[in-house]
Amino acid sequence: MPAGSRDVAIVAVAQTEHKRSETIKNDVEMIMPVLAEVKSSLGLTQADLDFTCSGSTDYLAGTAFSFVTTLDGVGPMPPIAESHVEQDGAWALYEAWVKIQTGKADTALVYAYGKSSPGDLPKVLSRQMDPYYVGPLWPDAIDMAALQGRALLDSGRSSQDEWAEIASARRIAAKANPNATISGDHTAADILATDPLKDPLRLHDCCPISDGAVAVVLAAGDRARELSDSPAWITGIDHRIEAHSLGVRDLTSSPSTRLAAEKAGLGDKPVDLAELHACFTPQEVILAEALGLGAAGGSGSVSINPSGGALSANPVMAAGLVRIAEAASRISAGESERAVAHATSGPCLQQNLVCVLEGGK
Amino acid sequence: MAERVAVVGCGQTKHEATRGDISIPGLVREAAMRALIDADMGWDDIDAVVIGKAPDFFEGVMMPELYLADALGAVGKPMLRVHTAGSVGGSTALVAASLVESGVHQRVLTVAFEKQSESDAMWALSMPIPFSQPLLAGAGGYFAPYIRAYMARSKAPDDIGVMVALKDRQHALNNPYAHLHEHDISYDSVKDAMMLWDPIRYSETCPSSDGAFAMVLAGEDTADASPNPAWIQGSAMRSEPTIAAGRDQVNPAAGRECALDVYRQAGITNPREQIDTAEIYVPFSWYEPMWLENLGFAEEGEGWKLTESGATTLGTGDIPWNCSGGVLSTNPIGASGMIRFGEAAMQVRGMCDQRQVDGAKVAMGHAYGGGAQFFSMWIVGSEKP
Amino acid sequence: MSDDTGEGPAPIALPDGLWFAPEVSVEGISALEGVERVRSKRIPARLDYTYTAGEATSRSLAAMKEKRIIGEKCPEFGYVYTPPRGASANSGLPTTEQVELAHRAIVTSFCVVNISFIGQGVEVPYVNANLLIEGADTTTFGLIQEVDPSEIEMGMWVEPVWKPDEELTHSWENIKWWKPTGEPNAELDLYREHV
Repeated sequence: MPAGSRDVAIVAVAQTEHKRSETIKNDVEMIMPVLAEVKSSLGLTQADLDFTCSGSTDYLAGTAFSFVTTLDGVGPMPPIAESHVEQDGAWALYEAWVKIQTGKADTALVYAYGKSSPGDLPKVLSRQMDPYYVGPLWPDAIDMAALQGRALLDSGRSSQDEWAEIASARRIAAKANPNATISGDHTAADILATDPLKDPLRLHDCCPISDGAVAVVLAAGDRARELSDSPAWITGIDHRIEAHSLGVRDLTSSPSTRLAAEKAGLGDKPVDLAELHACFTPQEVILAEALGLGAAGGSGSVSINPSGGALSANPVMAAGLVRIAEAASRISAGESERAVAHATSGPCLQQNLVCVLEGGK
Repeated sequence: MAERVAVVGCGQTKHEATRGDISIPGLVREAAMRALIDADMGWDDIDAVVIGKAPDFFEGVMMPELYLADALGAVGKPMLRVHTAGSVGGSTALVAASLVESGVHQRVLTVAFEKQSESDAMWALSMPIPFSQPLLAGAGGYFAPYIRAYMARSKAPDDIGVMVALKDRQHALNNPYAHLHEHDISYDSVKDAMMLWDPIRYSETCPSSDGAFAMVLAGEDTADASPNPAWIQGSAMRSEPTIAAGRDQVNPAAGRECALDVYRQAGITNPREQIDTAEIYVPFSWYEPMWLENLGFAEEGEGWKLTESGATTLGTGDIPWNCSGGVLSTNPIGASGMIRFGEAAMQVRGMCDQRQVDGAKVAMGHAYGGGAQFFSMWIVGSEKP
Repeated sequence: MSDDTGEGPAPIALPDGLWFAPEVSVEGISALEGVERVRSKRIPARLDYTYTAGEATSRSLAAMKEKRIIGEKCPEFGYVYTPPRGASANSGLPTTEQVELAHRAIVTSFCVVNISFIGQGVEVPYVNANLLIEGADTTTFGLIQEVDPSEIEMGMWVEPVWKPDEELTHSWENIKWWKPTGEPNAELDLYREHV
């Protein structure tokens, strides 16, 4: 059958409050409430779901095979058809979407979680780097984002003023998001008056550390219509990866995002909402440009990161799927007609996923 | 109806305790390039890459697919990284197959690897989980009590495990890629070896290996143009929890149900008769009789009789298992599942040289992981389904 | 290295802008002719993590400190799990109700270990056993001591040997090991599901 010939929609979403540090519940206790909520909101049990797929990583948990104990929270007895990616849940959603396209499943449970607080996150992420030449230098995630920011400034296509506007707008928007880790009323001027954290990045140019989880349910065609009065239909989804070494990439643009967006049919019609997985303000500028969203400040027709984005809550391994969930819930609530959700993985936007969502029957 | 999918290229590394001659990208490329050459394709012909491996602590690189994108020609393409514990090599193949079945892609490169000599595999396997009791006896110590339970249930003779280890290691002598080549192995040398976790001897335990396996999976149009495609007849995965009331870890429900699903898709009602050969994940010898029962090749309690009669031995038996030498002869943890799936495909493609089962047309690949809780399986055949 | 000679797959052509090959000068390579190659590099890596026990585990470890063994119940099915980890895998629900368990267990199966994985304090051979603690519906595992390994049987009753009171901590290691109680073996029906 031709790709994408089955209509697939997100019919339910649930998230934890993404806390700065979850020190009472362990991973499985943290995820159980969102798994329960997403199933009970539809009146479904685990047995009603044809496929389950999750995203998480051992390096965040600090244990090998970490996803094994959290699977208990799904209640996989009797046995279930289940898989796992060592990537952000957005890629688990992609795998589940593909499974539904094969016709072997009509519904899927997708979840993702991560606690960043147990380790030193920027340092942990340095373990993603080329182990021979770069890893031994221990460049942390903020160092690398700062390199990208510097390159963007040097290109003349953005300014720290623009970044401060974005930082301010996202934290203000986050005040309306009960799941956000941080929110606030700083103006761009307030932010520009602070000292650099890792020049040219200030503290407010960076995402917070968050612990959290998210779950969504996918359903195909009529099954989606049975389960929801207002499904958020996935009309296009694609993902691409770039070369790894920072030295062979143009860090001021995101060609893999542009390519994924093209393959997902983003440009077919206008969008009114974009949830971008930008952990640093310069990355939001780069992504908005790659997606053709016009002025990054959100003026004009596209509302960017009304949830506050990853700049307000960044549960690593879940943050990308959260973008999709946030866009989907606004579609279902009738606040958006056509939305784009983006997820990223790897240093400086190395790998990117674009998901286009629409409302309607 | 899903698209038809076939394996049109296979490649693997020479598996060793330590591949000190090659880097991580070198290891995966050795397998991937061989698969591409076998498929008569270039990197440009591939639409997407799916990579799988076990925990990243085995190499000390977090999410290594990010680093390996360049080495695997994935730049500009979709790339997925699967991790389902020991069954990962199999699940990775299944995720790659889904991409073609769904019509999303026509040609997918899939690779599974482990270069576990680089970190400390023993440590990574039994890393203490905080606030939990540490494993008292390593990985084998987890499985040995269940093997004892099987022996008690089935009343099998004590030396069935010895026979399996002997057979698999002798099979490996026909496989130039296998890690262990024990030329002097004999029944006595296996039996006289030290008991590591009684009832498992050192000689009945899988090795620790570095290695990779790669395949090219293709849709019908491409496969029709290939000289010897292995068509996927059925595939499935199942998972159950590590600890739950009512779990049977000797004959796990997830394994039984996964097999039944695959058989239903492939039209198999009598596995022993309809399947010509199987590559089954046997890391400790006694898992052969246990899986013979779990997978319906034998009635419950009778699996050991098939082993004892030589039915699973290449050349003399009607249902040769693990002609490649199996996990008992080669075990790069993340790759082992894909080696099973891939060797099964190679059998029906007639590519197995000295370890070939004559006239094999239908073969099964199987992988399991965790506390006997994650299962992935496929059946491939030389005939288009 | 590999036995692939010369003819490999053709080089890749990348979509526009996804990669560019920087200008590289290869002049310096010939100067390395006689230099010994670096074959491998040992790169130490250390990451520190602060782990959270979780609510169920915290409750069970608090009980351990008081020399009590507890399990927790599945709210849907009533199964008792020990040690509790937070979820009932049978239902996906959090376990909340605590159940006090007796200080005895049935050996449902075991293995005799001939190479030490534990380190000091335990001689080889030692026995690692699957234990069904009385009152629980799942097995856990433990070390068996104070008996010759050849005398251990499936179905044997054992009891925990605790560390001295002043050494008790929030850990299952408060139970040093298990030893036979000396009573007759348990009826198979009591533990049939677990073998």
